[in-house]
Amino acid sequence: MNGVEGYMYPNEISLFWSILIVLYPYITGLVAGAFILASLERVFRVEAVKPTYRLALLTALAFLIVAPLPLVLHLGHPERAPEMYFTPHSTSAMAMFGYVYLWYLMAVLVLEIWLDYRAEIVALSQTSKGILRLIYKVMTLGSNNVSPRSLHIDEKVGWIVTLVGIPSAFLLHGYVGFIFGSIKANPWWSSPLIPVVFIFSAMVSGVAGVMLLYMAIMKLRKQKIDMQCVDTIAMYMFYIFIIDFSLEMLDLVHRIYEADESFRSLDFMVHTKLYFSQIVLQIFIGTLVPLFLLFLTQVVKFKEIVRKRIYVLCGSLILISVFAMRWNVVIGGQLFSKSFLGYTTYKVALISKEGLLVSIGLMVLPLIILAVLLKLLPPWPEKRPQAAAAD
Amino acid sequence: MNQFKDAGHLFRFAGLFVLAFLVFLVVRHFVVPKSFGEYGHYRGAAIGEIAALPIHYAGHQACESCHSDVADLKSHGKHAHVNCEACHGALEKHAEDPTSVTPKLPDTAVLCARCHTATAAKPKGFPQVDPEQHSSGVPCQTCHQPHSPAVDAGGAK
Amino acid sequence: MNISRRHFLILMPAAAVAWESVLAGTPEQAPNYKMSDHWWGMLVDISKCIGCGNCVRACQAENNVPDGHFRTWVERYHVDDYHLENPQVISPDGGKEGFPSVAEDPNGKFFYVPKLCNQCADSPCTQVCPVGATFVAPDGAVLIDQAYCLGCAYCVQACPYGCRYIHPEKKVADKCTLCYHRITKGLTTACCENCPTGARQLADLKNPKDPIHEFLRTHNVQVLKPQMATGAKVFYNDLDGSVR
Repeated sequence: MNGVEGYMYPNEISLFWSILIVLYPYITGLVAGAFILASLERVFRVEAVKPTYRLALLTALAFLIVAPLPLVLHLGHPERAPEMYFTPHSTSAMAMFGYVYLWYLMAVLVLEIWLDYRAEIVALSQTSKGILRLIYKVMTLGSNNVSPRSLHIDEKVGWIVTLVGIPSAFLLHGYVGFIFGSIKANPWWSSPLIPVVFIFSAMVSGVAGVMLLYMAIMKLRKQKIDMQCVDTIAMYMFYIFIIDFSLEMLDLVHRIYEADESFRSLDFMVHTKLYFSQIVLQIFIGTLVPLFLLFLTQVVKFKEIVRKRIYVLCGSLILISVFAMRWNVVIGGQLFSKSFLGYTTYKVALISKEGLLVSIGLMVLPLIILAVLLKLLPPWPEKRPQAAAAD
Repeated sequence: MNQFKDAGHLFRFAGLFVLAFLVFLVVRHFVVPKSFGEYGHYRGAAIGEIAALPIHYAGHQACESCHSDVADLKSHGKHAHVNCEACHGALEKHAEDPTSVTPKLPDTAVLCARCHTATAAKPKGFPQVDPEQHSSGVPCQTCHQPHSPAVDAGGAK
Repeated sequence: MNISRRHFLILMPAAAVAWESVLAGTPEQAPNYKMSDHWWGMLVDISKCIGCGNCVRACQAENNVPDGHFRTWVERYHVDDYHLENPQVISPDGGKEGFPSVAEDPNGKFFYVPKLCNQCADSPCTQVCPVGATFVAPDGAVLIDQAYCLGCAYCVQACPYGCRYIHPEKKVADKCTLCYHRITKGLTTACCENCPTGARQLADLKNPKDPIHEFLRTHNVQVLKPQMATGAKVFYNDLDGSVR
């Protein structure tokens, strides 16, 4: 009955964290990953990825704006969400989300984007018309100072912000992992490796996401893809993915070898309820296949068109894999009974507050926001307004 | 001085932060419930609110204050420690208004069987029977007075 | 050893006071209850439980527990002596209507295990609440402020015992309050009041006269999942090692 096999504690039969809570770490992960890609250029001076620098920042911002939505939507009382800011409980990992999120949004992303675009914003506030002019005016914060000295200061401050941003991105996402990893009641989650695995899978997914966006946008704008840039991104993606996969395997091997009281139950779950999403989708199709293909691109000299296709395929598979990983963590962690005696079933509703349509909407929304941001703050060098002429 | 002039826009950005923070502090002052933090990181008034919820089971003390005859009979029998509402149901309303709210007499066929139907899972010393074989449909109270169920206790009426 | 009788005598005067104020319609001003004088827990005696489901029904009636969710429930274990680690457990509708009869198993044993919130002193559920909507009250009861709860369900995930759920109508976390509205009026909990065999006994660990102290001294008592180090205050007598 109710898709229960064996024995579940009666209150465990329905899941309390739905697909929305799968989206939450997924979207936050894309943010953290995109930001790390941006910082590659800014802090680590990987000049090859420069064409994606601004795109990565805007992508991170677009997804970050959406990140808290699934969390708030899944609350029984969304109107009480501000309580997290007013009376945050110091021992709760979730309570810190509000603050880490705001810090990351305002003190890191918005500030860095603002500093980077300031000269252009000032120029646009003078050249554009109507409502746009007003928007740009507000964005200048009333300062039209684009003297070389002020831009130099911006550059310096921006560098520091990025430097602070890297640990912040790690904090943002590592902490999301901690929300799960710190639950001692749930052996599927309770592991100090979870936050680290979350960070690395976040980086992989974010890098893959920005790479795909870059290639798609270039295609839409009928411009040439900078292959050196994409090759470099793919290389970093490959290396980070290796670390990510090793950590996940370490976690798996450790669990299998230790085989604690929960092992039989979890092992059974992985071989039944999670077989497709974990073994087939996440590990085989989503990890081993792209790892192998990316490895090939590192050792074999393929033609440009082949490399592009491999990158698109790998990027897509990685996005699916990381989504599957989030699914397996969040949903998998609720499919087995904490009595280790049974399993329940999760069915995604199509139309409901926490259903499939809402989830798809939440994944499309950041892309819409990104489109608006790209219009408002074009990242393309050839479109830079006459700000440069001002100095 | 020039240095500060060229960093002026940064101070504006910082000013926004400070302003937002001040607004936050003011709002927080008004929004957080007064009793929050009274005993710990929670709304102290919640304790009183939970304690004030209405009860549904009056408790055997309340029953016994009127039904002292039953209490007396019960106290000498096997059911001495079975409290009144365990069989008669939640009767706080009756205790509050004994005349207009009167309890329904429980059906012994269901009630007795619930505890005394034989199964291997019950503690071995617990009196249990197969209701079918034991009485073949004769109501339990024919032989057992529920308030003092031993047959020799003169339950049969 | 007559716990319920002794317990009853201790509670009697307080209950009388409580009852007057209940009748007067001012339960909130009930007895001169001092939180610092109590430290609540419960004793569950497995050897006395007959699986009648009285506690589950009483709890639902007392606390308006929604169907399909349970503040307390009863499990029936069937442990085969060849498979000690794999007990067969059932709890049809939380044991609300009792359990089907079973015949003796020559290779196994049956017993009932009533479950409820363990009122943990180091409760993992209150630790994770992001806003302080659930807490350990100064008298040891773990409570939920349903006017403040977000309904994020983090506490549901954090409870090792599966005692919490999101109330389907109120959309906030819900669980056993140890009948806080009763025990603060000098009454015992609805489940203890209605347990016909005395398998459940409310216990005040701060009251030196509470029979729980002698019981703990003279019996082999366990808590559930001690490896979770939750400081559980629901003590089980005669608990089989296979129970989880």
